Amino acid sequence: MKHIKTLNTQTLNNTMRKGGCGECQTSCQSACKTSCTVGNQTCEQKR
Amino acid sequence: MVHQYKNNGYHIVLDVNSGSVHVTDEICYDMIGQLKKLGVENNISMLDEESVLAGLKTELRQAYSERDIEETFEDIKELTRLGQLFTKDIYEDYIGDVKKRKTVVKALCIHIAHDCNLACKYCFAEEGEYHGRRALMSYEVGKKALDFLIANSGNRRNLEVDFFGGEPLMNWQVVKDLVAYGREQEKIHNKNFRFTLTTNGVLLNDEVQEFVNKEMDNVVLSLDGRKEVNDKMRPFRNGKGSYDLIVPKFKKLADSRNQQKYYVRGTFTRENLDFSRDVLHFADLGFEQISIEPVVGEDSDFYSIKKEDLPQIFEEYDVLAKEMIEREKAGKGFQFFHFMLDLDGGPCVAKRLSGCGSGTEYLAVTPWGDLHPCHQFVGEERFLMGNVDDGIVKPEIADEFRGCSVYSKEKCRNCFAKFYCSGGCMANAYKFHGSIHDTYDIACEMERKRVECAIMIKAAMADEERM
Repeated sequence: MKHIKTLNTQTLNNTMRKGGCGECQTSCQSACKTSCTVGNQTCEQKR
Repeated sequence: MVHQYKNNGYHIVLDVNSGSVHVTDEICYDMIGQLKKLGVENNISMLDEESVLAGLKTELRQAYSERDIEETFEDIKELTRLGQLFTKDIYEDYIGDVKKRKTVVKALCIHIAHDCNLACKYCFAEEGEYHGRRALMSYEVGKKALDFLIANSGNRRNLEVDFFGGEPLMNWQVVKDLVAYGREQEKIHNKNFRFTLTTNGVLLNDEVQEFVNKEMDNVVLSLDGRKEVNDKMRPFRNGKGSYDLIVPKFKKLADSRNQQKYYVRGTFTRENLDFSRDVLHFADLGFEQISIEPVVGEDSDFYSIKKEDLPQIFEEYDVLAKEMIEREKAGKGFQFFHFMLDLDGGPCVAKRLSGCGSGTEYLAVTPWGDLHPCHQFVGEERFLMGNVDDGIVKPEIADEFRGCSVYSKEKCRNCFAKFYCSGGCMANAYKFHGSIHDTYDIACEMERKRVECAIMIKAAMADEERM
């Protein structure tokens, strides 16, 4: 496409099938203890 | 929902529900704006109506050629067909089902010491005491906490334990004994403990470092940045600054872990709204894993972030983002926790929309064994859920937290950042509004800005790769 460059190849709805296993890290166990930052957590299945 | 913004020369379009991020040229950016105004987000079949293209030509013909308008319109239609633009929110029922599942406990924040050797002015633990008494957790209570975690973790294999305080190194022997107990128990129960230590570094020495490097999956090192900034907010009880004692120890520890699996973590306040300089100070010291978070305080506290501080804070995030791009290009890159974003390999949508897990998957344990929804609810009697002897005795509190998601929060419904913050910190929402189903508005504003900056960095780095 001439006018648009898309940065990602995956869409969120694709994660509905296999997602929700819950093995991933709790967000407050990483570094945030006073905010809630989830978007930067790693998926355990892709670790 | 589509969110569009300009930052650092980039025209960015975020299709919120698919998570797709597009960098567009000006005509495409303007056209998407026009289509939003027409209501295409709610009815994509409008893109097939001839009158829509005709209307766009009327609106845009002064600035762009008819050929460019037609070509751009075709690009937008194609992206929509691919499910990467103007997608619908299809997750509400799905999250409802996910949240109805029986949850297991997978993480504990163990308050190993309600005591501290620093007297940080903004401490939500009130110098380690959490509105209560000074106390150190005994080995017996700690063992029961780990037993509770194993017993309530179901089939979950990875179990997280954060040794937190106050200052955990003030009860170091018990930390070591509990790690040994955990290692013994994980073999018996087929679990894998991931331990984290959060420390201010005052008592950090070679023996601690060696143990931490052997046993701790993550270490959070508390420091605020430049010496004058740190020493003003993080003094010893006698008022003396802590920077000079701590920085060499943290540098040594970070290097000994090959600059991985740790964060040097600071708090910025109204006293250092130029906090990008503190982040860069950390980077200049050689730290590669950096987090600096906004303080959360009472409105009356002199250091609290006020609404009128937001423009300056936004500017600081912009300055930081641009500098990070330059350093990355120069081979001197570092991670800033709040700008970390994995556009392809990030968490699943269930994780993104269901909240941090406090009160259900994640609990805090006090030195005397009481269970609370998270470390920030410790000291709040209304949120006392049970204890390590009797387990959860107030399941209704867990149910209240289980029912909390971005769909239970009115303010989140139309927010483009809901897939990145998961509805924000419930403790902060309760602190400012008396309800976990609300949000802490100033934090929301900052989160939105951080998401915008993080995406812009991705756009800039994608440019770099292409060149």
